[in-house]
Amino acid sequence: MTSNERVVVIGTGLAGVRLARRLGELGTPASLIGEEEHRPYNRVLLAEVLAGRYGPEVVALPAPAELRRGRVTGIDRDGRTVTCADGTVIAYDRLVLATGSNPVLPPLRGLFTPDHVLPEGVHAFRTMDDCLGLSKAVRPGARAVVIGGGLLGVSAARALALRGAQVVLAQQSERLMERQLDPAASKLVKRHLTDLGVEVHTECRVRDVRCVGGAVRLVEMADGYALDADLVVVACGVRPRVGLAQAAGLDVRKGVVVDDELRTSDPYIHAIGDCAQHDGVVYGLAAPALEQADALAELLAGDVNTRYTGTRSLTRLTLNGHEGPFDLAAFGETEALPGDDVVQLADATRGTYRKVVVRDDRLVGGVLIGELGTVGALARAWEGAEPLPSDGGPLLHLLTNDGGS
Amino acid sequence: MQTTATPTHCPYCALQCGMNLTPAPDGTVEVSERADFPVNRGALCGKGRTAPAVLASNVRLTSPLVRSGDALVPASWDEALDRIAAGLRRTREEYGPDGVGVFGGGGLTNEKAYTLGKFARVVLGTSQIDYNGRFCMSSAAAAGIKAFGLDRGLPFPLEDVPKTGCVILVGSNLAETMPPSLRFLTELKENGGTLIVIDPRRTKTAEQADLHLAPRPGTDLALALGLLHLVIAEGRVDEEYVQERTVGWEDARAAAMAHWPEHVERITGVSVPELRETVRLFCEPESAMVLTARGPEQQSKGTDTVGAWINLCLATGRAGRPLSGYGCLTGQGNGQGGREHGQKADQLPGYRKLDDPAARRHVAEVWGVDPDSLPGPGRSAYELLDALGTDIRSLLLMASNPVVSAPRAAHVEERIRSLDFLAVCDVVLSETAALADVVLPVTQWAEETGTTTNLEGRVLLRRRAITPPDGVRTDLEVLHELAARLGVEKGFPTDPEEVFEELRRASAGGAADYSGITYGRLAEEDGVFWPCPTMETEEPTSRPFLATESADSAPGRTKAAPAEAAGGPAGSACAAGGGPGAQESAPDRPAVTTYHPATTTDPTSHPATKLGTTSRPDAAGDPTGPGRPVHPGTPRLFLDRFATPDGRARFVPVSHRATAEEPDDEYPVLLTTGRVVAQYQSGAQTRRVAELNAAAPGPFVELHPRLAARLGGARGANRWT
Repeated sequence: MTSNERVVVIGTGLAGVRLARRLGELGTPASLIGEEEHRPYNRVLLAEVLAGRYGPEVVALPAPAELRRGRVTGIDRDGRTVTCADGTVIAYDRLVLATGSNPVLPPLRGLFTPDHVLPEGVHAFRTMDDCLGLSKAVRPGARAVVIGGGLLGVSAARALALRGAQVVLAQQSERLMERQLDPAASKLVKRHLTDLGVEVHTECRVRDVRCVGGAVRLVEMADGYALDADLVVVACGVRPRVGLAQAAGLDVRKGVVVDDELRTSDPYIHAIGDCAQHDGVVYGLAAPALEQADALAELLAGDVNTRYTGTRSLTRLTLNGHEGPFDLAAFGETEALPGDDVVQLADATRGTYRKVVVRDDRLVGGVLIGELGTVGALARAWEGAEPLPSDGGPLLHLLTNDGGS
Repeated sequence: MQTTATPTHCPYCALQCGMNLTPAPDGTVEVSERADFPVNRGALCGKGRTAPAVLASNVRLTSPLVRSGDALVPASWDEALDRIAAGLRRTREEYGPDGVGVFGGGGLTNEKAYTLGKFARVVLGTSQIDYNGRFCMSSAAAAGIKAFGLDRGLPFPLEDVPKTGCVILVGSNLAETMPPSLRFLTELKENGGTLIVIDPRRTKTAEQADLHLAPRPGTDLALALGLLHLVIAEGRVDEEYVQERTVGWEDARAAAMAHWPEHVERITGVSVPELRETVRLFCEPESAMVLTARGPEQQSKGTDTVGAWINLCLATGRAGRPLSGYGCLTGQGNGQGGREHGQKADQLPGYRKLDDPAARRHVAEVWGVDPDSLPGPGRSAYELLDALGTDIRSLLLMASNPVVSAPRAAHVEERIRSLDFLAVCDVVLSETAALADVVLPVTQWAEETGTTTNLEGRVLLRRRAITPPDGVRTDLEVLHELAARLGVEKGFPTDPEEVFEELRRASAGGAADYSGITYGRLAEEDGVFWPCPTMETEEPTSRPFLATESADSAPGRTKAAPAEAAGGPAGSACAAGGGPGAQESAPDRPAVTTYHPATTTDPTSHPATKLGTTSRPDAAGDPTGPGRPVHPGTPRLFLDRFATPDGRARFVPVSHRATAEEPDDEYPVLLTTGRVVAQYQSGAQTRRVAELNAAAPGPFVELHPRLAARLGGARGANRWT
């Protein structure tokens, strides 16, 4: 494409903002439309805002040149225009969907008021507004229930505990962050939260949320047990926002389907970030979203050879507590299959745990907790997907700082 | 012939180490220790120690050479100069003044760099002049000017380094590139300070570090942003300083917010715990420094990368504070002075801008020409070399070897070969000189006098210590002769001090103001730090970034105690309390000192003694005249304000991006370049010294054993890169 084509980007999250900034640097200005009323911010840092580590104004991202506030309600693919809720019609030559994702709100009794909003005291944890609402409501001694023990739930529980709340985390499955961690690592995360005063309940399904006078009072478990609650955080994952794409007739499965040029089924419409599905995968993580934004920026600025071929990234979490940070890195399959090689180093005293899983000559997964000295080397081995050295070494170099190199 | 020891300076890197040279009866030259010079305190590396070997006539040119068919053959000076004049004139007549290009080097003395710039603009009338410093630290210069309003490699003397709390050394292997400076870091550690080295390789320098971070090549920008992010996250921003002394913080902060630690870890491979430890070590002490060198600077995004490190220094309140701040370790011998006085495409002497009408007027007046006759800004180095053979048809080249040192060297060689006419002035027959139509053999460091400005911004006098061999002339003589042949009889003196006097006037009022500096003072004071304006009155200078030093902020002066000067037999010209360094005992005084000449001084004695090893400046040596105040020079910049119109430093918001060429299937391996202590630059000089070649015989590639195994290489095998 040529640089005088008009690029319109919907969504002011990390992916949308990064794309617009990069395009600006490459001499192809883009117009960005976002519906949140805040200046674009770094969503990754919201848990830190909730924990009180940053003021909300500090997490603002560099603002793109052309930023418009509005909610896009429809795409006219034939006319190559988008329509906003206020009736504005905006023409595009290339449209980019960077609409992100919505929190999943599970079908709990009482979770919605009759007019279908969350009752007072119940919060999702996805946007700055969610974060500010929670932040306003939390006070020392407040009883908070976090529903969900994944990455988001763990982050929220930790942040609320740091703000002095009495936090109960209710996790439906048998351990925390089960999608990313093996049982030993899950246990260390649990220990970290417990040390912060969080009460962790696993294998604990929430049945309903009880309100009095429109405000939450109680969270009831499937086994009949009930928890008093001033605050409830719903952290049950996210789902790609694909409504616009669906309504426009684009190919949508889990997310908006894109190819290696990040094109949807309409060649004039692209999708990046949490809403996009590339090669069967909806990542829902920041690193792939930024890589997609960078790749698309190059493509739209005229480097036709650029391709996005997928991201192999680590899940990284730093939980800042009273006694120093708790660092965690995990990727791939952290539990071995029969025949896999596993190297594992654990230090119960220091609370560190390191493990890699190797299948044939490839690294297929790993966890580092508390000791991240080799995270760079491990990440490179994982991202590069190259065969591991066949010098018969015990693969310790992936876990120890200087060995093997 | 001189037989006594001459205190002078090494010809190589930007430390400009002090050394004494003594001619031996057999015609060779002996190097001996010059322990009183504060930069190296007598220490020299192998290059410096063996530097006289390059003076020997068997390794160098002693006759002009002219092209005859495929060969270069000896010719007389007149013939060679006539040929150059004819070549340049022909091009100018046929293609206009911009058909002639000029290419200089960071190894030229200030006098030569100044004269070369003047020659290009006044004699040739061309805008097409630049120099090899563009391949060096230009991005640090650009970033420094953006942030501080001024580019001087270090804003403090090296002797401040051991007294700070923490040094982050980014992409410098000074154990190899400038070994005598390693001592400052050793002393830093002895004093309880910490050293953090950032280098993808575990270099000799990195071995010395308390903490070595090894980012992926090309990711220094992200690393600096990640550190800034943590500084914010951990509440370590110096809010008061940011408020009072800077502008642009919010945008820079937003840029850092887009580079959270875990993301930076992914980009750089440096773990978050290491980033946190770096921030702790950098922020906890009262003072700290960031020093960058070619690693972060020589990247497609070098200016932004340096900008990110400067932002870190600004957010933590380091820049413009005692024993703290950002500095660039300039590389070439006169890399600093070489970028100040007009051999850059956009520049006039004194760091003036060529497109500034006031600057043009000032310099044109000194040169005695019409301001409108000065050409405008031309192309910078690579663009200039790339244009050779197209719209630039002839080139005059001094003190550079672009066939080896330029980026895309093979392409540049092809461009050079396509010139109508090439003239090269050099000491040796470099790879570039070998392509020339005319080669002029010129004098070098120990055979001529001139000033250089080292990486500290300290102007130094490099003195003639020996008689040059027959058959060579100085660059100044060459330019004088060529100017005359091209119709400009006046304005190109061959006496370096005469040139310096003119340079002083041309630089007066500019950012790099040398007007208060004289050869006499340089000899006397172990160098003088610019800016050093001429003082008209007792009032402090009106240029506000000149720091007023106090005892607290100037724990180390560069000069011996003034009492000594006053008491010495030759020191009668300089009364107690009047010499430079006097502020040490008089903290309340402004940064102005006054020479009080003794009444017995005989002005006529000065020319004979002005370069003597023990003479001191007398009243006549100070052209501001008896009784006038003398500016002491400025060892430490920005302590009161920055050199911007409002005195505040500027945050520049920068973002990480990938290197211009990432590894791909076709080019799967990322290589970085490094230096060895025994060789210098393109090796045109050092490759002619047997001892150095024995220590470092030639270029080599270092690979990780696993990568080497995969590529099928063995130790000592030859590889094509």
